[in-house]
Amino acid sequence: MKNLIIAGIFSLLVLASFSQNESQNTNLPSVNIKTLDGQTVNFQSLTNNGKPMIISFWALWCKPCKKELDAFNENYEDWQEKTGVKIYAISIDDARSTAKVMPFVSGKDWEFEVLLDPNSDLKRAMNVNMIPHTFLIDGNGKIVYQHTSYYEGSEYELFELVKKVAKGESVSEK
Amino acid sequence: MKRITFIAFLLLSVFSVLSLKAQIGNVLDQSQVHGSFQVDGQYYQSDKALGITDSLLNGHRVGLNGFGNIIYTLGNLSAGLRYEAYLSPIAGFDPSLDGDGFPYMYVSFTDEKFSITAGSFYEQFGNGLVLRSYEEWTLGYDNALNGVRLIYQPIRGLILKGVYGSQRKFWDKYVKNGRGTVRGLDGEMNFNELFASMSDSKLRVVLGGSMVSKYQIDANPIYKLPENVASFAGRANIGLGKFNLSTEYAYKINDPSAINNYIYKDGEAFLASLSYSTKGLGLFAQVKRIDNFSYKSDRDVTVNALDISYLPPISETHAYALTSMYPYATQPNGEMGFQLLVNYKVPKKSKLGGKYGMGIAIEYSQINDIVRDQVDDTTFINQKGTLGYASDFFKFGDHVFWRDFNITIDKKFNRKWKAIIQYMYQTYDIATIEGHPGEPVVSSRIAVADITYKFTSRKSLRTEIQGLWTKEDMGDWAALLLEYTVSPHWFVSVTDQYNYGNPVKTDQVHYFSVAGGYTRETTRFQIAYGRQREGIVCIGGVCRQVPAASGLSLTVSTNF
Repeated sequence: MKNLIIAGIFSLLVLASFSQNESQNTNLPSVNIKTLDGQTVNFQSLTNNGKPMIISFWALWCKPCKKELDAFNENYEDWQEKTGVKIYAISIDDARSTAKVMPFVSGKDWEFEVLLDPNSDLKRAMNVNMIPHTFLIDGNGKIVYQHTSYYEGSEYELFELVKKVAKGESVSEK
Repeated sequence: MKRITFIAFLLLSVFSVLSLKAQIGNVLDQSQVHGSFQVDGQYYQSDKALGITDSLLNGHRVGLNGFGNIIYTLGNLSAGLRYEAYLSPIAGFDPSLDGDGFPYMYVSFTDEKFSITAGSFYEQFGNGLVLRSYEEWTLGYDNALNGVRLIYQPIRGLILKGVYGSQRKFWDKYVKNGRGTVRGLDGEMNFNELFASMSDSKLRVVLGGSMVSKYQIDANPIYKLPENVASFAGRANIGLGKFNLSTEYAYKINDPSAINNYIYKDGEAFLASLSYSTKGLGLFAQVKRIDNFSYKSDRDVTVNALDISYLPPISETHAYALTSMYPYATQPNGEMGFQLLVNYKVPKKSKLGGKYGMGIAIEYSQINDIVRDQVDDTTFINQKGTLGYASDFFKFGDHVFWRDFNITIDKKFNRKWKAIIQYMYQTYDIATIEGHPGEPVVSSRIAVADITYKFTSRKSLRTEIQGLWTKEDMGDWAALLLEYTVSPHWFVSVTDQYNYGNPVKTDQVHYFSVAGGYTRETTRFQIAYGRQREGIVCIGGVCRQVPAASGLSLTVSTNF
């Protein structure tokens, strides 16, 4: 009986997900995360004055993540000049290495803001299965695009989409 | 009159149904459903060189782990559930996972000040020393709490949490007088938010404290065991300019268990780290001490399950195949260690840095046993049913569990070439870390060169060359990887790990495999064929022994 109820709820939810209005994009979830010096911030409160944001999930043990963020950092000045985009890198490192994130970021000299999600609360709320996982948020705080994995040169494709979003156009991957 | 009432009632009903319908429509517009799923499948074949025969496989040719996750949100309300299937579990995962079902479901309400969750939830107090529930799909680890959680933020800068529940253990249902229940309280104060006078201060102070207690019935015929085991922890995070200090101390009353050989000693855990961060330079030092701090909601369990406490290992998590061959795992019965770390970026346009700068990272970590002295003349150290031992808080034991010195240099030479070079020296005590008495202490040197060449802005080739040299265990290894990527969709790779130095000639095996993958937005397909080396996979402090295997593997992952 219990399984029947669960199956019922499950299929209802799946149905609801399909009946969702396609043009209606996703809002950011209300989840508390931490700054590098231990302050609590609500993820939903991140804004960029109507300009696009890139949210990228990473961890110290993830090589492709660090490569992606290095690539973002190399282009950040240029990207900001052209589109006003803001990057937030969310580390899902747990207690083993959360304290090492700040000295690591300084050692990398990354220009963008880094936040901590030490028990993967935000990762779960955003349905991130594997990292790197990158989200593009439009000026209204809606998720308009997401991508998992990083290969050399992926940052250029992403920036093409950022430019479109900055102009208010809709996006999808080629 | 009656008729009028009836008509009025009818009109009212129609009206309310209509308005309800409009509301439902409205509600449906505001609600969102999202989710994700992943399937990892493996087909095993026999492989003489690895000692895998048909009779050993015994018909278990297919391993399949999968999950589907759904989250429904409507304003402040959120509900979610996860379906999991292990049919049967992939080699290396706990066989108790065999089966399928819905191990995780919750409903929660959250507004600015208040949050309540009923059902399954993941929670961490401070660093997790006295409480952390979490899940790690790649390890098959999940100790979710099932019960109720309250979070209350009466004013900005003060967060109070309360939890009550029992933990997930594979597919075992919670039964009365079975595994224990867990209750916990936590409070955290942010001084810079609480006090207006400190809001612009250079000094940043966050203090926190927790209290956790587990209850499990005492059904032991020999010993009188504590049914309530309480633990307490206090923590501080203090920042001053470029310095940051983070520390936590936890204390637990006596908790005889299968892990600590049923001794009645109290437990202690201590973590402290200090970092200095400035543009282009990060320095980090930390110390750690664990003394009899295994804390599980079932005292008789020794497997990787039902942990209430999380004891983070302080060694570095290495990411290359041979550098992670001997990974450290926390020893909950006692260990004492420290770690030093330097991250430096040689500036751009300097002689050494070149056009793009150059990164240098140096790390040293060492973990020893703690000192154990007899509590009195007639009691052996760690004798069952006694106080066990006495230990000096500030003394390192002589026995070295782990030592790791490594240096990493990464440099981009020009638009086409970049490289990462890594060298390390590791000491790893198999007998202690893997619990195999009589096995040797492995001292190894490991070198890695990871070179990327970009053909065009989208096509590139990455080559990893690795070597591991040791006289112990399986001897010397070499590894080679070639990975060709076409961004943002495709990759193919070939890899070989060769145990050329194995003292047993017939065990000098090549672990050859090929893989390919396609990613589109968040949907990823990956297929691989070849051999998998026996070893330990560790993520976030939990490790899993993976057997040698041969065959085909497939991963499909997506979200919506």
